Amino acid sequence: MNFKLNKIIPQLITIFVVVLIFGFFTFNAQINMDNRGIEFGFGFLKQESSFDVQFSLIDYDGSHSYARAYLVGLLNTLLVAFIGIVISTVLGVVVGIARLSPNYLIEKSAACYVEFFRNIPLLLQIFFWYFAALRALPLPQDADSIFGVFFLTIKGLFVPRFVWENLDIFFYSIIAAIISIIVIKNYATKLQENQGKQLPVFSISTGLLIILPLLTFLIGGVSLNFEVPVIKELSATSFIYEGGLGIPPELIALTLALSLYTATFIAECVRAGVQGISKGQKEAAASIGLTPNQILKLVIMPQALRIIIPPTTNQYLNLTKNSSLAAAIAYPDLVLVFAGTALMQTGRAIEIVSITMLTYLSISLAISLLMNWYNKKIAIKEK
Amino acid sequence: MKKLNFLKPDKENITTYLYSGLLLFFVALLDVFLGSFFKINITSFLPNFVSFLLPLILGIIGLHLIRIEFSGIKNLDLLNKNINTNTFNAVLTLLIIFTLIKSIPPILSWSIVDANIAGDTKEACTGSGACWTYIKIWLRRFIYGMYPNELQWRINISFVLLIALAFVGYFPSEKVKKFLTLYYVVIYPIIAFILIYYLISGGSLGLEWVETGAWGGLSLTFIVSFFCLIFCFPVGMFLALGRRSELPTLRYISVGFIEFWRGVPLITVLFMSSVMFPMFLPEDFFMDKLVRVIIAISLFEAAYVAEVIRGGLQALPRGQYDAAKSLGMGYWKMHIFVILPQALKLVIPGIANTFLALVKDTPLIFVVGLLEIVGMLNLAKTNPKWLGFAMEGYVFAAIIFWIICYAMSRYSQNLELKYKTER
Repeated sequence: MNFKLNKIIPQLITIFVVVLIFGFFTFNAQINMDNRGIEFGFGFLKQESSFDVQFSLIDYDGSHSYARAYLVGLLNTLLVAFIGIVISTVLGVVVGIARLSPNYLIEKSAACYVEFFRNIPLLLQIFFWYFAALRALPLPQDADSIFGVFFLTIKGLFVPRFVWENLDIFFYSIIAAIISIIVIKNYATKLQENQGKQLPVFSISTGLLIILPLLTFLIGGVSLNFEVPVIKELSATSFIYEGGLGIPPELIALTLALSLYTATFIAECVRAGVQGISKGQKEAAASIGLTPNQILKLVIMPQALRIIIPPTTNQYLNLTKNSSLAAAIAYPDLVLVFAGTALMQTGRAIEIVSITMLTYLSISLAISLLMNWYNKKIAIKEK
Repeated sequence: MKKLNFLKPDKENITTYLYSGLLLFFVALLDVFLGSFFKINITSFLPNFVSFLLPLILGIIGLHLIRIEFSGIKNLDLLNKNINTNTFNAVLTLLIIFTLIKSIPPILSWSIVDANIAGDTKEACTGSGACWTYIKIWLRRFIYGMYPNELQWRINISFVLLIALAFVGYFPSEKVKKFLTLYYVVIYPIIAFILIYYLISGGSLGLEWVETGAWGGLSLTFIVSFFCLIFCFPVGMFLALGRRSELPTLRYISVGFIEFWRGVPLITVLFMSSVMFPMFLPEDFFMDKLVRVIIAISLFEAAYVAEVIRGGLQALPRGQYDAAKSLGMGYWKMHIFVILPQALKLVIPGIANTFLALVKDTPLIFVVGLLEIVGMLNLAKTNPKWLGFAMEGYVFAAIIFWIICYAMSRYSQNLELKYKTER
């Protein structure tokens, strides 16, 4: 009896305290909102937002609803996160491998890069790129082109825009290529298991991936043109680029800072992963006659990935969360558009902050769940 | 004497290869060096493109010629092994050396040669380099924020006292030693709070009151990180214990709490503390901005600390728990005397890393309008008298943060090594 009470009483007390705190907060919130004449609810999402966003992936202007503004912010956040993840992965892997290089200079420069960018607050780096480095770029009228088509100016980077015809056919061809590669890969595995024959899977798949989309250009009626940005004079002192795709400096500064910062952490993960494989593995693989490429592909990487991937996903999560620093340089991400402008206009602090937090929370949880699933899948199956 | 085969340098004609290789290598270096430091292009008679690539080509050939295995010369073997194992490595080596040589002059001329530090106004900065005058004039603001100049001794004194008190642990006599943990966990934070409340904030004891809105700069960075560090540790410890508890409600509440804070960005937490949290408080209840921020960051970091400590708890072998229980220890006795001392020792490096992240996160408090050093920089940058010195300011802050963070990470690495060998 006494033993059971020992377990029940602390639980009851905790529940009581938690309920008490929540009750206290809701009670106060109720009074405060009554005093200000606000009613709790999410109806405001349908109202007209009447503010503009300077950079958006979907059609948006002031006449759209707050819900649409939320979507604009969310997409902008995901865009930064996606670009950042791609760049930081490439950079991180390169630097991580460079840190393992036998070349003293390469190893040391990679180490310097990691130690330098890792130990400076991310916000400071974002400010540096945005307010100091990118502000030193030329004005649109003075900018020299890079290869005649790119223009890097204080107003952002202007690149040619792709103009597609029959894009969907091209898209289908890529999907078809991917499916056939998977089929071929399965077939090759079976062939090897049953008959011991090896197919050059890699060259076949690269070939497919190039030839199939190429065919659509030749016979599928797909065509691709470039619309090069051209400078246009509005008045004596104001110039803009027409045509092409303009990437705002906020986006450049943010992705640059995020990628350079996160790449240092990914580099450390990669290094730890490859170092975590004992030398004996490599020697054993070599002694059964595998080639260096096979050793890397069949022995080292599968084991190293098991160590590398969990912390790296963690870094991806951090990058996504850190992209909220965009608000500091006025890149219209979720925090700036929704928790900033929309909150100022509607005054609905509780609803908007909760929605924003829940959004980030669900992104994090989704990635964590995916991660756990993947971890279970690649875990060494021991008896 | 064998015939010279320049494609395959061998040991027999080693002197020929060595001298010709080194000559080419140094000509390449000289070319880049002269071009970078004195703007002299010694190969200007060649076409532009060739002249640009020439040092690289000469360097590759030079390094190829001196790549002789087992040459018997110790330094040469060392060089070959470290920077010159194959052509690819040689190219990378050359590129790194050239980049270094090329980047030194612009950096030097910007930061030292063409820079200004004399004078008191913007007009003193005439050179094309950095304007350190700006940093010199604004230094007080960067360190103390808007804190009144004549009262800044109060910040200095409290910081000196706090640092001195932190070193008490280094002069222990055996009698006092057992109270050290108590001192650091309970007494020291209380002393710190009293110092900051009475000395920096003032308002009593005949000291003028300075509102927290005027605090700022580097000192605010220290104050915020210091208090968050003190508060997040115990909270994180309880959360970690809660997450490992056998009682389901406790466990679920801890898991929910930890995952919630770990899933949201700090900036939204600060938003919450500044716009949403006041709605949850009674109307006449006022909580200072700084206090709200410290609570928010502490809770946020506590979740991370909790996960680190949980790692330590999980790493302890079960036998430790069983042994403690078999001695008749209860839950608290077992944890305080057996489990936690060992687990915490294991996770010291991880906790140091979390604190490092905390220090790097403090600039975010600009969201609620508190201006620590980065915030002060942004303020100074927009001052009409001092426009256009953003670069100097950010470089200055970056150096300060880098020194702090690098020292911390080095310290944590040392601790890691120390505790690894002890186990």
